[in-house]
Amino acid sequence: MEVLVQQLINGVTLGAVYGLIAIGYTMVFGIIGMVNFAHGDVFMISAFIALIVFLAVTALAGLSGGVVFLALLAALIVSMVITSLYAWTIERIAYRKLRGSFRLAPLISAIGMSILLMNYVQVAQGSRNKPIPPVMRDTIPLFEQNGFVVAVSYKQVLIIAVTALLLGLFWYVVQKTPLGRAQRACEQDQKMAALLGINVDRTISITFVIGAALAAVAGTMFLTYYGVVVFSDGFVPGVKAFTAAVLGGIGSLPGAVLGGLLIGLIETLWSAYFSIDYKDVAAFSILAVVLVFMPQGLLGKPEVEKV
Amino acid sequence: MTMIAEQGAPAPAAARTPLLAVRGVKTYYGNIIALKGVDIDVHRGEIVTLIGANGAGKSTLMMTIFGKPQAREGSIVYDGRDITRMPTHEIARLGIAQSPEGRRVFPRMSVYENLQMGASVNNLAWFDEDLEKVCTIFPRLRERLQQRAGTLSGGEQQMLAIARALMSRPDLLLLDEPSLGLAPLIVRQIFEVIREVNAREGMTVFLVEQNAYHALKLAHRGYVMVNGLITMSGTGRELLADPQVKAAYLEGGHH
Repeated sequence: MEVLVQQLINGVTLGAVYGLIAIGYTMVFGIIGMVNFAHGDVFMISAFIALIVFLAVTALAGLSGGVVFLALLAALIVSMVITSLYAWTIERIAYRKLRGSFRLAPLISAIGMSILLMNYVQVAQGSRNKPIPPVMRDTIPLFEQNGFVVAVSYKQVLIIAVTALLLGLFWYVVQKTPLGRAQRACEQDQKMAALLGINVDRTISITFVIGAALAAVAGTMFLTYYGVVVFSDGFVPGVKAFTAAVLGGIGSLPGAVLGGLLIGLIETLWSAYFSIDYKDVAAFSILAVVLVFMPQGLLGKPEVEKV
Repeated sequence: MTMIAEQGAPAPAAARTPLLAVRGVKTYYGNIIALKGVDIDVHRGEIVTLIGANGAGKSTLMMTIFGKPQAREGSIVYDGRDITRMPTHEIARLGIAQSPEGRRVFPRMSVYENLQMGASVNNLAWFDEDLEKVCTIFPRLRERLQQRAGTLSGGEQQMLAIARALMSRPDLLLLDEPSLGLAPLIVRQIFEVIREVNAREGMTVFLVEQNAYHALKLAHRGYVMVNGLITMSGTGRELLADPQVKAAYLEGGHH
């Protein structure tokens, strides 16, 4: 029981990070029907940007409680901005020209971008783990049972709260604003959207930017949570988040969040009760099983259209 | 009635500058030519119809006006401005709206949101007022505002496509086959709406139709397209009376 509760807390935290990355996959897939394999590496880059900003601020101003908080905030904002620029540039140079080409072309280009980004960071930052000083180590004990203290750390509270807040904001943008409407219109019929005065290229760019900004939130959280980042960190979380997007139903935003939470929970629960070495196998097996019975994913709906 | 060979001769309308002037437009799909040099004038306040058989290139012309695909040769001038190479979304912002072939409502958006999309060129400035207006024209839409457009019947989708085009307050309304696949009663209703927006608001309408009888009765002028070329033009009445038009497009009964 106590282990279960603790692992649920850990799983939701991890799931929040996956969910934020998964949104980027699912939005881009929804609007241009392409799996952006470089998205995981964009996430990794965002963690590095956050790392650099955090180290710079704390080097200048020390490591007292208030400074740490401000340093994290600065890391988050700067990382969101610069990561968005990365994604915008990648779309411009590596994907836009290939739109309308055969389907595999942008996919191959995305894999190329992924390799490029990973190697670029490896060269620029080295191939060792880059740590930040341990921050926010305090925890809030919830209850104790059989000598096991179930606790939630400040980091976890922060991650879950920020994720929930941003998801709410993001949901509002997509559902209620002209930008979100334009995005959904482009997702459903780009030609018609253009006939109604929507700048489709710009809308696609903005989609990449929003996806990257959310990935940057995830990257900053990831860095805060684990305290280290390395050039190859885009791969496994990227694949997990992609799995989350497919599990939830690719193209579906609530699906991406649900998929992220499920993958996070499966992973942590499996680690607690079975073998930690096989946690990835568990997550991917569940995906396989779900896709056999629900090829659309959990929340992906087959389209209902009358002609 | 003028045959195409005489089109160079000054017609009465030529004194005014047309709102939309299509000149020698050639459009290709890859290497296949779809429009082989089309000339069409639409003047302010007119209802002009383009009739022709399936595959003649009528819808291609409608889309070419919007730059999707762009004309490879020739020019399209709207309100004195050359729009031949303009991006589609900028053309939409000049006051042209289209209800395209196949309706193309956004299936996973509500009727209300589809109408919002229609008004997005003017940032929903007159949205409430215009929503009221189109709901008065098409009461069926009012009942279904919160319903997903993909679940509407064909006739309702057609109404929505026209209403969505009206939401942008266009000066020029392009309608591609508004009667396709609809019950005669709804067809009559839709043609009545076209007549009304033209008469009451002076909206210029360019209409593509297979339903030649209704379209020619409604239109001030008409063009006949065969195989990517305009072969005839004249007033609606003239074309209705023309034996060739009768034989090719009006036989087989009309409602």
